[in-house]
Amino acid sequence: MQKIGVFVCWCGSNIAATVDVQAVSDALAKEPGVVFSTNYQYMCSQAGQDMIQEKIKEYGLNGVVVCSCSPRMHEATFRKTCEKAGLNAYMVEIANIREQCSWIHKDKETGTEKAIILGRAAIAKVHLNAPLTAGTSPVIKRALVIGGGIAGIQTALDIAEAGFPVDIVEKKPTIGGKMTQIDKTFPTLDCAACILTPKMVDAAQNENINIISYAEVESVKGFVGNFHVTIRKKARFVDESKCTGCGLCTEKCPQKKVPNEFNLGLDNRRAIYIPFAQAVPKVAAIDPNYCTMLKTGKCGVCSKVCTAGAIDYTQKDELLEREYGAIVAATGFEPISMEKFDEFAYSQSPDVVTSLEFERLMNAAGPTGGTLLRPSDGTHPHTLVFVQCVGSRCDGGEKGKPYCSKICCMYTAKHAMLTREKYPDTDVYVFYIDVRTPGKNFDEFYRRAVEDYGVHYVKGMVGKVVPENGKLKVQASDLLGGQQLHIDADMVVLAAAIEPDQTARPLATMLTASMDTNDFFTEAHPKLRPVESPTAGVFLSGVCQGPKDIPETVAQAGAAAAKVIGLLAKDQLTCNPCVANSNELMCNGCSACEKVCPYGAITYIDKDFRGPNRTTLRRRVAQVNPAVCQGCGACTVACPSGAMDLKGFSNAQIMAEVDAICK
Amino acid sequence: MQERVKARAIELLESGVRVLGWKAGEFFYDVTPAVFTSREEIEKEFVFGPFCGANMSKYLIAESRKEGRVGVFLKPCDTYSFQQLQKEHRIWRENVYAVGVQCEGMCDIEAIRSAGIKGILGVDGDGSTLTVHTLYGDKTIARKDALAERCACCKSKKMLGCDELLGEQGEELDSARFDQVEKLEAMTPDERFAFWRKELSRCIRCNACRNVCPACSCEKCVFDNPNSGVENKAAANSFEENLFHIIRAFHVAGRCTDCGECSRVCPQHIPLHLLNRKFIKDINELYGGYQAGADMETRPPLTNFQMDDPEPSVVHERGSEQ
Amino acid sequence: MQVAQEFKPTIVAFCCNWCSYAGADLSGTNRLQYPANVKIIRIPCSCRLNPMFILRAFQRGADGVILCGCHPGDCHYTTGNYYARRRMTLLFSMLDYLGIERERTRVEWVSAAEGAKFAATMNEFVETVTRLGENKRLEDLRCKSE
Repeated sequence: MQKIGVFVCWCGSNIAATVDVQAVSDALAKEPGVVFSTNYQYMCSQAGQDMIQEKIKEYGLNGVVVCSCSPRMHEATFRKTCEKAGLNAYMVEIANIREQCSWIHKDKETGTEKAIILGRAAIAKVHLNAPLTAGTSPVIKRALVIGGGIAGIQTALDIAEAGFPVDIVEKKPTIGGKMTQIDKTFPTLDCAACILTPKMVDAAQNENINIISYAEVESVKGFVGNFHVTIRKKARFVDESKCTGCGLCTEKCPQKKVPNEFNLGLDNRRAIYIPFAQAVPKVAAIDPNYCTMLKTGKCGVCSKVCTAGAIDYTQKDELLEREYGAIVAATGFEPISMEKFDEFAYSQSPDVVTSLEFERLMNAAGPTGGTLLRPSDGTHPHTLVFVQCVGSRCDGGEKGKPYCSKICCMYTAKHAMLTREKYPDTDVYVFYIDVRTPGKNFDEFYRRAVEDYGVHYVKGMVGKVVPENGKLKVQASDLLGGQQLHIDADMVVLAAAIEPDQTARPLATMLTASMDTNDFFTEAHPKLRPVESPTAGVFLSGVCQGPKDIPETVAQAGAAAAKVIGLLAKDQLTCNPCVANSNELMCNGCSACEKVCPYGAITYIDKDFRGPNRTTLRRRVAQVNPAVCQGCGACTVACPSGAMDLKGFSNAQIMAEVDAICK
Repeated sequence: MQERVKARAIELLESGVRVLGWKAGEFFYDVTPAVFTSREEIEKEFVFGPFCGANMSKYLIAESRKEGRVGVFLKPCDTYSFQQLQKEHRIWRENVYAVGVQCEGMCDIEAIRSAGIKGILGVDGDGSTLTVHTLYGDKTIARKDALAERCACCKSKKMLGCDELLGEQGEELDSARFDQVEKLEAMTPDERFAFWRKELSRCIRCNACRNVCPACSCEKCVFDNPNSGVENKAAANSFEENLFHIIRAFHVAGRCTDCGECSRVCPQHIPLHLLNRKFIKDINELYGGYQAGADMETRPPLTNFQMDDPEPSVVHERGSEQ
Repeated sequence: MQVAQEFKPTIVAFCCNWCSYAGADLSGTNRLQYPANVKIIRIPCSCRLNPMFILRAFQRGADGVILCGCHPGDCHYTTGNYYARRRMTLLFSMLDYLGIERERTRVEWVSAAEGAKFAATMNEFVETVTRLGENKRLEDLRCKSE
């Protein structure tokens, strides 16, 4: 005998404004099996939850339907509520009458009618619900951080500090990421290397941290608490355990014409190289695209000069198999390509640079030793034009990104200020759409650039840059002054938009973590769960989730670490009890289910069944491992006989919902 | 061939296996599958002639699980079902001794009748010409004119996975088996609907198609399972059997070898094979050629995928070209 | 009194819990309107959608059925939507072959971030099905009646 209770939530006026909650609870009271139906202002409040518990006991309810917000919001809440009152958590169904009803319909009659139907579907389903008990699975107490920039380093350090082992997988030969290329940091103007490199060293020295550099994640299998990851450690042709980082090979290598990516191609390095002086691990790597020995088999200079005998031209990529309980994505960003923005003459003149290139030109370890010189002729520039929002806030076009890259206003103010400070003889113009400086001491910083350093901020966009006679003719509009400006500049600096690193998209696919249309990882909840991905056990750190500056990145990295620590601190995880289940009496043993199972949760056994006349029949039947099954339901449809069903989303339950909706 | 098959059946029986073969029925064209356990039975009732269309493979599901071995005679098309069932772990191969029998195509009594031959008492003969015994004396008919539709567009004479072969091993054939499907595809949706309504409304839901189908071999059929949501014994009035046939066709999609038994046994002569062939044709066109039962390894198309499979909207787009 | 009542089709939308269902929630959060005829059934993955559910819906009086899942390659369970894609392709083709209006069935990939796409898809689908009118061809097909 079903005793179902229906609880309709007003959600203040969120639901009650477009759904007649009284009419809904009255209508649903008439549904078969419903013994109690009511409505209340905030069902998720303590008072609302208390009422549900009270009514469960009072009426001996064996099924509860809550008509409220999305189950993605409060299903867990109401399950817990009911469990406390002695009702199995899986005897609760949510009818989503807020996100999928009151919020999208303006007409109260329509909204009410739909809410009743959605309620009926939930009641029809709950009739067929069965109590489910969740199993548990062990947690592997090791975390993987993918990406070794400031985000990944901070996350790893925080996890390691809590006593859990962490692996950092970094695709480059060294950790450090973009921050290593930055000269000074806003708004304090402290040197990036001075604050980053100690952290890199900390990571290298922490016994809980294992840095796997020059490596990429190849595949991810498993689920929260039990991820199985294959990591491709690329051949660096140098034995990491032997190389002392003395750098002799990088001085003797005869191949000198390799664009140096650390300086964004503004100067050259050798074919064997250490990315920069403070690299961690400080181990050389051979670039196979340029190494004469690897390409032609003739050379071997580095091998000859290496006293440690670390050079190994035969080294191959190595596949590492590792198991983790949690994974943190910290894949960071890249500035977008300036290819589509040739109105700024980026491809036509070396004196048009991106902001990151400008960082290198200002940096003491950069190609010019920290003296600002024009890349074209090495002369001192007198007039500099900074262009903001290149590729950011581009509406609808294919050219750029719709979002604000967030960091450009501040670093441009920094660049302008530093230029004026070092070279008071320069004229610095900044063209902007808006100046956005919401951050601690950020607006003060920007105002100093304008007021104390005399940077010319002009509201308006640059239309065109034309290289002419060694100068860059800049045409721009001054919106406030209402005039067209023509500036003969020596250098133009483009604040290129930032985009997620190219490796993020394939990684998201491997992690089955979702991404937004711009390839930023999606968080589990935009406000309340900002560092978790919707995929359990996968966390987000740094710019891979959205543009942010260094302090925000570090804060989020710490938050991600806290979530990981929370997970790894558990010995057991409660499994999802909504798993597949095979009815042995109907199973053909045909293996269709096994083929579509992404988790290998299905195995077969030969089992004896009682046949007619005291005979036994041996049949091959499927068995589902409930600890491994994640409840996708692929097997249920592949099964021709319908022996395979999914708990919580059974054939009968879904059909009952269909019937209730189509009635 | 009749004699060779019969002689081999006796030999097999005497070597200690039960024999699964064709048994004469009430009418000469009404041959049924049977298990023979004595020499007398075989001598008296075992037949192999132009009406032995029945596909023996399905019966092996039950027979191969019994104690002792069973010998079976399989025509080329039956061997596809035989392999498909093994692929699905339904037949216990070690208990089966399979004899492939080459086949020249099985006849359809209706085809002979419609050739104008009346008072038929029996049909005999190997080779391309058949002798028809009638009340009015013997007549002859070319085999090709007497063939069942499925044999007229035979897909393969290859015998797969047998322990021995009677007759020459054959080859896969270029067959015109999708011509009818194409004809239907070329019609307007209204014409197609009218066609199927006319055909399917004749269904009396006798379940013969399901019972004979080697792919429909579930331990418990969804149509008999009260929890499946599609079980129903009572027939409604109009086009009502359609859903049964859609679900059935979908259940066997990717597993149907196109043996054509469903249409052969349908007492209402509904061309049910045209539903299965539509799935086969779509699978071939969308996901690459696939013949169920042709091998033991290839993943069936519905438990497989390619990253760049066409989107379901191809169905809409394809239609709009017409 | 003969007032032709405006035809309001019944639309069943099966939505994957991880993407489209969240996308539908997002379209609610952003207050993007789509007709109330659309009723969503939550399934754990697009691969949970048994073709029988679609036939059942039609038989019970649905005028259109749409499946929304994660974009190919983004399945929460890695591969589920690839299987769903094949199943739906073949089912839709078969329905078309039987002469049932193919516009009544649809698959759309909608991510959790695509609230606007969800609303737009539903608006468009409702419009299409409204134009087709009532589903007559499939509703009286055989299915279990209590």
